[in-house]
Amino acid sequence: MDALDLARWQFGITTVYHFLFVPLTIGLGVFVAGLQTAWHRTGKEHYLRLTKFFGKLFLINFAMGVVTGIVQEFQFGMNWSEYSIFVGDVFGAPLALEALLAFFLESTFIGLWIFGWDKLPKRVHLATIWIAVIGSNLSAYFILAANAWMKHPVGYEVVDGRARMTDLWAVLTNSTALAQVPHVIAGSFVVAGGFVLAVCGYNIMRERRAHPGETTPHGTHEAHGTRGTTSRALLPGGTGPARRDGAGIWRTPMRAALLMTAIAGALVAGTGDLSAKLLHEQQPMKLAAAEGLERDTAGAPFSPVPGVEVPMLLSFLATNDPNAVIQGTEDLQARFEKQFGPGDYRPNLPVVFWSFRVMIVFGLSTVGLSVLGLWLTRGRRRDPRPPREVPDWFARICLPALPLPPLAMIAGWLLSEVGRQPWTVQGELLTAASVSPGVSLTEVAVSLAVFTALYGALALAEVVLLVRYVKAGPEPTPVVPVPSPPSPRDSRDDDARLQPTLMY
Amino acid sequence: MELTTFWFAVIAFLWTGYFVLEGFDFGVGMLVPVLSRSEAERKQVLGTIGPVWDGNEVWLITAVGAMFAAFPAWYAGLLSEFYLPVMLVLVGLIVRGVGLEWRGKVQHSSDRAWCDTGVLVGSALPAFLWGAVFADLLRNSATAALAGGVFSLSLCLLHGAVFVALKTTGPVRARARRAALIAAVVAVPSAVVVLSGIPASGGSAAGQSGAVWVWACALTSVAALAAGVALTWRGRDGWAFAATASSIVLASAALFGALWPAPFPGLTVAEAASGPYTLGVLTWIGLIALPFVLGYQAWSYWVFRKRLTAGAS
Ligand code: HDD
Ligand code: HEM
Ligand code: HEM
Repeated sequence: MDALDLARWQFGITTVYHFLFVPLTIGLGVFVAGLQTAWHRTGKEHYLRLTKFFGKLFLINFAMGVVTGIVQEFQFGMNWSEYSIFVGDVFGAPLALEALLAFFLESTFIGLWIFGWDKLPKRVHLATIWIAVIGSNLSAYFILAANAWMKHPVGYEVVDGRARMTDLWAVLTNSTALAQVPHVIAGSFVVAGGFVLAVCGYNIMRERRAHPGETTPHGTHEAHGTRGTTSRALLPGGTGPARRDGAGIWRTPMRAALLMTAIAGALVAGTGDLSAKLLHEQQPMKLAAAEGLERDTAGAPFSPVPGVEVPMLLSFLATNDPNAVIQGTEDLQARFEKQFGPGDYRPNLPVVFWSFRVMIVFGLSTVGLSVLGLWLTRGRRRDPRPPREVPDWFARICLPALPLPPLAMIAGWLLSEVGRQPWTVQGELLTAASVSPGVSLTEVAVSLAVFTALYGALALAEVVLLVRYVKAGPEPTPVVPVPSPPSPRDSRDDDARLQPTLMY
Repeated sequence: MELTTFWFAVIAFLWTGYFVLEGFDFGVGMLVPVLSRSEAERKQVLGTIGPVWDGNEVWLITAVGAMFAAFPAWYAGLLSEFYLPVMLVLVGLIVRGVGLEWRGKVQHSSDRAWCDTGVLVGSALPAFLWGAVFADLLRNSATAALAGGVFSLSLCLLHGAVFVALKTTGPVRARARRAALIAAVVAVPSAVVVLSGIPASGGSAAGQSGAVWVWACALTSVAALAAGVALTWRGRDGWAFAATASSIVLASAALFGALWPAPFPGLTVAEAASGPYTLGVLTWIGLIALPFVLGYQAWSYWVFRKRLTAGAS
């Protein structure tokens, strides 16, 4: 192991870790903003309770996204100084714009949202969460534009061994970025949708177990319909009648999450297909590795798993022409050696091959689940009977919707980043030439150990916290609205269940 | 003004904003155990920075992002040269951020104590290390680094205590005033030592280090600090805060003045700079965006302008 290997592990670990929290921030933020908007427009109490409940989960996660992101920004300079010097002119610009245009918005307005419940007019307060989530999505755009430039550099020239930007617009509208941004953002909504589904499914199961017979499918819903029990839900305490309404309260967010996941899923698939077509033109080695294709092949087949081949499908997917020639890894290797000199230009083939499949299968199975759920809970038009209940078995199979999409995201990043190797900037800069020359093996080893240990401990703490709040469920809102306490800042420090206030 | 000079000034401005704003955040984070006797008071103290600390931290993120974009070689040189101190800063910012955000979400007082420790350690580490890193950058000696660290740490304590005095009522406010005066015992002498060393440094920045205006900044910074202490003594919280903030602004101006035109050993600003095209487009975007950023950050301070009382809810 030399400093280069450790630096790569460091980057991989810290970035994957950052990206465990990022999609949930992006997707759940919009979901919470949607719930608060629903409360604003309908005035129904249960929307407020849901806003608080999911808002709290959102904030626990948000903290981790923020603190791990700072490491990302610094480690280009710490571990990849040669890379930073080479690309700074082009790559630094979107990063600086991200901080200036997105992070300031996000952090300032999140602060206003958390602490502004009783300081700001209702309408302005609602605007703060929307502005914050717009900030999150903007930040994704800028960082992904930077990342896309590494795969498909545009709008630059190399002068004196450094890339010089010649066209910012070209960098920001890179075809690769325009496919990647919606792909990742839609993927984030699949992650958030899966998270909400799992939380709702878990709580529905739990409440049915606690009160068997009260909410059988198509059963007593008439008696305990959402609207009918809303007033009882307002009783503090959270047991008895308030609990019975619980299964009712989960139906709305579950339906919303099902819809969100299904729509996002369609977008993910569409933009993923677009990405694959771009790979064919821009990063043929990655495409060949993802397919395990060794030789240039006309009418190339697609193999979902090794051994099974669908003839001509790969050619069709990559070009819309079933007879097109797809380049293979070995032939590309020979051509690259001629172009760039001796060396191994193949990425780690099994990793790329399998991460492609994990991404698609894990991600789309959640999307499939959401389509199924939409059908199971579909409304009955012109039918006086109450809406369909969520079946027990469906509530149960919602649980895997939590881990699967994040795993799909990670796999997608492995496909994208490992598949780009041995380049950091495709065709311009090798990873081996990117690393900081002055940083010693010991230094990288120490920081790798420290970050890994710290991240491990924090991950554990976050899971414990999230589980506790998921189990506690939404707080009952008080029957009589509490008078606004003079200092809202303190209120979020209060025990969640003992203090049913309007704040965090 | 020529573009590289302008961008050097922008980066100095961003770092200065960071030192002023997160300076009091760090001070508050470190002073929690000193200023509060109960959970209600701890909430009161931390409440002063609750809504704003993340926005303050983005000044750092923007400063570093702007360095990356405008002076890649400076960015890369600084961060890889000071690898382990920067790593410790990051560790500090991580445990601090998580501590601040999670302390209101955990349920046991032992967990809350963990969060408070995270806030304390995570504030002290960067408060000390930034001073040490920049002093070392300028003077390239371990003693200078140590002095720089002590200076920035005590300055953050003083600045934070003054901020708490400004933003609270009751016993906490009284204790904060006292804490400020005690912090001044270290902050003022170390300011004299460190700031007088800045213009005299031959270090990486031979160009401007002896310049008259750098001397003037350093001297007025010490004077502003002394004024801040006197005003705290007299109970003029608002003016005292303005004085400590000005002191930090002037110290930072002296620092960046001394770093011009060679912000890193063996590297001039011109050599480190990105191309004119990049600097040009960033200038336009920055000039359009920055007023908005300053505007809404100021507004958020306005929304949370009221003094906090203990146990209000
Ligand atoms: C697709 C989205 C995406 C991707 C690929 C990345 N990030 Fe990120 N980042 C976000 C989306 C995001 C976010 C959702 O906007 C976060 C999470 C929580 C937050 O405050 O913003 C964030 C936080 C965040 C922060 C803290 C902001 C704050 O304090 O408010 C920094 C400095 C970075 N990121 C920097 C990076 C860098 C340098 C990356 C490249 C390796 C990176 N992020 C990958
Ligand atoms: C957040 C999602 C991301 C994940 C999960 C991710 C993951 C990875 C992984 C696993 C590697 C190591 C590949 C290898 O060494 O074989 C890597 C390398 C790298 N990635 Fe990413 N990446 C992400 C986003 C980005 C972005 C947005 C950028 C740039 C803005 C970026 C820049 C780099 C660089 C510079 C390397 C060089 C280190 C190397 O090649 O080993 N990554 N990434
Ligand atoms: C039909 C299904 C899908 C296809 C065809 C597809 C295709 C692709 C391709 C070709 C890439 C590599 C792009 C590049 O390196 O330039 C990619 C990357 C990625 N995918 Fe997918 N994908 C699909 C589903 C998903 C799902 C369901 C998720 C997550 C929920 C996901 C998350 C990601 C992520 C995070 C990346 C890395 C960022 C990027 O390079 O765009 N993908 N996908």
